[in-house]
Amino acid sequence: MQRTYELMFIVRPDMAEEEQDKLISNLETQVGNAGGSVKSVERMGKRRLAYTVRRFDDGIYMLMVLEGEGAIVKEVERRLRVTEPVIKFITVRVDEEQKRLAKIKAIRDTKVRGKGTRAAEAAAVPAVTPEPAAAPGAESAPVSA
Amino acid sequence: MAEETKTAAPETSVATTEAPAARPEGGPSPRGPRPGGRPGGGPGGPREGGRKFFRRKKVCKFCVEKIDGINYKDVRLLSQFVAESGKIVPRRLTGVCTPHQRRLADAIKQARNIALLPFGGR
Repeated sequence: MQRTYELMFIVRPDMAEEEQDKLISNLETQVGNAGGSVKSVERMGKRRLAYTVRRFDDGIYMLMVLEGEGAIVKEVERRLRVTEPVIKFITVRVDEEQKRLAKIKAIRDTKVRGKGTRAAEAAAVPAVTPEPAAAPGAESAPVSA
Repeated sequence: MAEETKTAAPETSVATTEAPAARPEGGPSPRGPRPGGRPGGGPGGPREGGRKFFRRKKVCKFCVEKIDGINYKDVRLLSQFVAESGKIVPRRLTGVCTPHQRRLADAIKQARNIALLPFGGR
């Protein structure tokens, strides 16, 4: 059961570049060993924090998208908690949300196709979606152009 | 008895202006409906009390622009719904519909936890 998580963490602003890379690769190997996969790691740069965290006012934000089971996240979080330069982290589960968004998008695509299908789309879509609205106009005209 | 009360009233009345039957409200201002509905954006008044002003047809920004996923990461979008003090603005002021307001509130709380938005400011 592969779930997708977004893990955003903040690293202290005076951390060196190579140490950041080391940290990221450590996390990646840990995730890989546990049977998950890291889909992407994004560095969002140094930002000003909205409030003081552990006496820091800035921090380097990093975002990691990973796939795996829940136990993997627990391990990664435990490790992040222990890692000294990491000052804050949050994990959000995103696969349900992505599913919902994909469903909405699919519905919206079929709806748009149903409306604007007079001219072009009827050829491309092989009548998977029944098109009651376009029945009078487009059934025969651009049938396989 | 009645005359006594009537003559006594103007002598002793400092605060009570009306007849002894009427009791003054908590303050001078709201006479009819409770003040809870009043600060709904000025003349976009509430339904009670016989106010005939129309609400300004506030529409939900997310429904109109069809923004689907409200992410905790886009601080610019979220900060439009956050007051100066950092509090989440109620939906009767912003016009957001209920499901979107709920998701918005969750996103704001997540952003607060990761120090993208403050918990409380001035």
